[in-house]
Amino acid sequence: MPTALIIEQLLNGLQLGVMLFLMAAGLTLIFGVMGLINLAHGSLYMVGAFACAAVAAWTGSFWLGLVASLAAAAAAGAIVEVTVIRRLYDRDHLDQVLATFALILVFSEGTRWLFGSFPLYLDIPPALTGAVALPGGVFYPVYRLAIILVGLAVAVGLWLLISRTRLGMRIRAGESDREMIGALGVDIRTLYTVVFALGAALAGLAGALVGALQSVQVGMGEPVLILAFVVIVIGGIGSIKGAFLGALLVGVVDTMGRIFLPQLLAALLGPAPAASLGGALSSMLIYIVMAGILAFRPRGLFAAGA
Amino acid sequence: MADPVLEIRDLAKSFDALKATDGVSLDLRPGEIHALIGPNGAGKTTLMHQISGALRPDSGSIRFLGQDVLPLGIAARARLGLGRTFQVSSLIPEFSALRNVMLAAQARQGSSFRFLRNVMHDRTLLDAAGAALDRVGLTDRASVAAAELSHGERRQLEIAIAIALGARAFLLDEPMAGMGPEGSRTLTAFLDKLRAEAPILLVEHDMDAVFALADRVSVLVYGRIIASGSVAEIRNDPAVREAYLGDGA
Amino acid sequence: MTRERLLTFALLAALLALPFAAQALGYPFYTTLATRMAILALAATGLNIALGLGGLVSFGHAAFFGIGGYAAGIVATHAMNAQPLLGLDIPASMPLVWLLAALSAGLVAAITGAISLRTSGVYFIMITLAFAQMIFYFAISWKAYGGEDGLSIALRNGFPGMNTAVPRDLFMIAFALLLAGLLIFWRVRVSRFGAALHAARQNELRVAAIGIEPFPIRLVAFVVSAMITAVAGAMFAELNRFASPSMLAWPMSGELIVLIILGGTGRLAGPVAGAMLYVMLEYWLGSITERWQFFLGLTLLGVVLFARGGIVGLVAGKARHG
Repeated sequence: MPTALIIEQLLNGLQLGVMLFLMAAGLTLIFGVMGLINLAHGSLYMVGAFACAAVAAWTGSFWLGLVASLAAAAAAGAIVEVTVIRRLYDRDHLDQVLATFALILVFSEGTRWLFGSFPLYLDIPPALTGAVALPGGVFYPVYRLAIILVGLAVAVGLWLLISRTRLGMRIRAGESDREMIGALGVDIRTLYTVVFALGAALAGLAGALVGALQSVQVGMGEPVLILAFVVIVIGGIGSIKGAFLGALLVGVVDTMGRIFLPQLLAALLGPAPAASLGGALSSMLIYIVMAGILAFRPRGLFAAGA
Repeated sequence: MADPVLEIRDLAKSFDALKATDGVSLDLRPGEIHALIGPNGAGKTTLMHQISGALRPDSGSIRFLGQDVLPLGIAARARLGLGRTFQVSSLIPEFSALRNVMLAAQARQGSSFRFLRNVMHDRTLLDAAGAALDRVGLTDRASVAAAELSHGERRQLEIAIAIALGARAFLLDEPMAGMGPEGSRTLTAFLDKLRAEAPILLVEHDMDAVFALADRVSVLVYGRIIASGSVAEIRNDPAVREAYLGDGA
Repeated sequence: MTRERLLTFALLAALLALPFAAQALGYPFYTTLATRMAILALAATGLNIALGLGGLVSFGHAAFFGIGGYAAGIVATHAMNAQPLLGLDIPASMPLVWLLAALSAGLVAAITGAISLRTSGVYFIMITLAFAQMIFYFAISWKAYGGEDGLSIALRNGFPGMNTAVPRDLFMIAFALLLAGLLIFWRVRVSRFGAALHAARQNELRVAAIGIEPFPIRLVAFVVSAMITAVAGAMFAELNRFASPSMLAWPMSGELIVLIILGGTGRLAGPVAGAMLYVMLEYWLGSITERWQFFLGLTLLGVVLFARGGIVGLVAGKARHG
């Protein structure tokens, strides 16, 4: 039943896409406002997942875990911003890369210290287990649907926050002109800490939500971080809209590619070469898409000023 | 009359609603200094950017030595011989004055894809750079890093670079800016001789220098050339007086 | 002689003496550490051309390091099984491996560099990282050469006149390659090409305005840089007798940058000092605590925040440029 398969994979792609958006939104905000490239964003994702798994195991409630993930990631973000990141805003990108790389080492090894080397497991909350029937005869897991809804809700919330609130006005001012927000009488240091903590909380939320689908382990954040980089590069650095559309594009292309590219190759080349080539090629697909987009739009699809 | 070295026709460039360059036509003839004056925001630097290749015009044409240069980038135009200085000095900050000029001499000689020889032992580069520095009077400061030169010295260094790259036309963007009266007089005398080597398109606010040097003057206001002619003609042009020289300049 | 040059010679002499001292003192294991230092120093010397001279912060050099490693593994495997590679019977020869490593990494660098170098700054960092990740995923899904398990080298490839199974012989080969790499770096730095590359890092517009296109200069620097790092990767796989997918993974890219910064960016001796310190730190911290990466991270943070200029900067003073 190919239509059902397509719908199912489309939803999986959407689910991956909204998760990537949660990561990419924070990264792109932090870059847009503070001009900082943060490699340790994946660590905040991991912190969220571990906090959720630990609290859920302790209290038996996924929902308390989810709250804990937001709190822990935001707190970790704020602490890191105040102690380390703040000193990096005026440095070149190389120093930023290096310092945030060092933070990854500290976070990863620190987490291993606290929780050991074995992965933790996080169960899907009972209210969201099972599957729902969708039009076209597809049964789709409720939890994954919920993730998609959460992601879309965050996207709307973020858009409202940035376009409608005082904080959002300050963020936009910070993106266009750092001197101006000083002139507006905004305490820049606090604003930066708040933006960083907000980005961290989104990453932590993503980690917690995905933690129930996969195992929670050290090093889970970095592959997602690199995918989020691809998203930002495609969407244009600093653009929330670009991050959203880029994330959906990457999520859908990656998911669909993994399922359909090997089948397509099998039809073209026969099963044997397709089996060896298909996996390799489909894992490269989004990077090829990224390269293709960059060839025409070196600053991404929605870069400010492009 | 000899063919113009640089020939600009109907050049236009807009940024959103703002017409930064609005149908500009002008020539630069062999041996002349053609001064481009106008109030701040008239679009002088925007025009220079389009000539040097940093900005692409919306329409119009730019021919240099008979060749259409619009398809060419900055570097290709420089290799043809467009020697540009910048309004805000743009140098290689960590390089000494000498090495800044040597790089221009290297560009003139063609290949930068040479990996074996130590540039500091390359006589052809050292000699060419030394000669250019000598001409602008920077020999004493040859070993000082560009970042540590004084403002006036950096302007001189920019001109030395343009000389060393073998410019067939100079585009000088406010070379006198920020120079003291003494510096301006020396530079005026220098530019006076330089025109024999290659013609100069001179953007300048220092009217004493402009009136002392220019063979022709064009006045740019809001992206348009409102008058063009000899120094005397421009001084007496009522439209120019109103738009620009009115306050007794 | 400048202090920097003196320091370079002193570091190289110390590195060269290490295996002999180790032998004399009865710690033969230190020969392996010294070889590791030489190989990592070579890899970082390659990166130093792009990063130190060109200001191109590549966070993807693990790809080239790993490609080199796989070249060694693939040649060793084919030679061992007497299986032709691309239709040719191939000998298990290190020079052949180096050639293959440099050519394939150079080709990949030319393609990915041509795309990445259209951008700059953070974009460049992210894109090089993304392309390296692409190569990583390609390698782990390529079942013919080990997939996620990597590729073991049962018998090291050979080198004429040397026995590569003997640790000290392997060290001497790695050390000679390091010298060659440093020589290339030094010549590039003082040449016309280096002048243009270094100038483009500082002021791209000025370089273009005198008639030198920055793009081809940077692309060639990126390719040369990748080739040197790939040869180091080949030696790394020979040393460990294993071409591991982790050589291609992003932490390796970070590690190479760390080596350069620890030592001193753009300095000839930077990667040597950085690699020696890093391997010592890794070994020493590793012997004290299982959590050595935690303390390495803290040390690194300290260096970035408070000791800019690295070791060479501390010893030889601020960089000077003619």
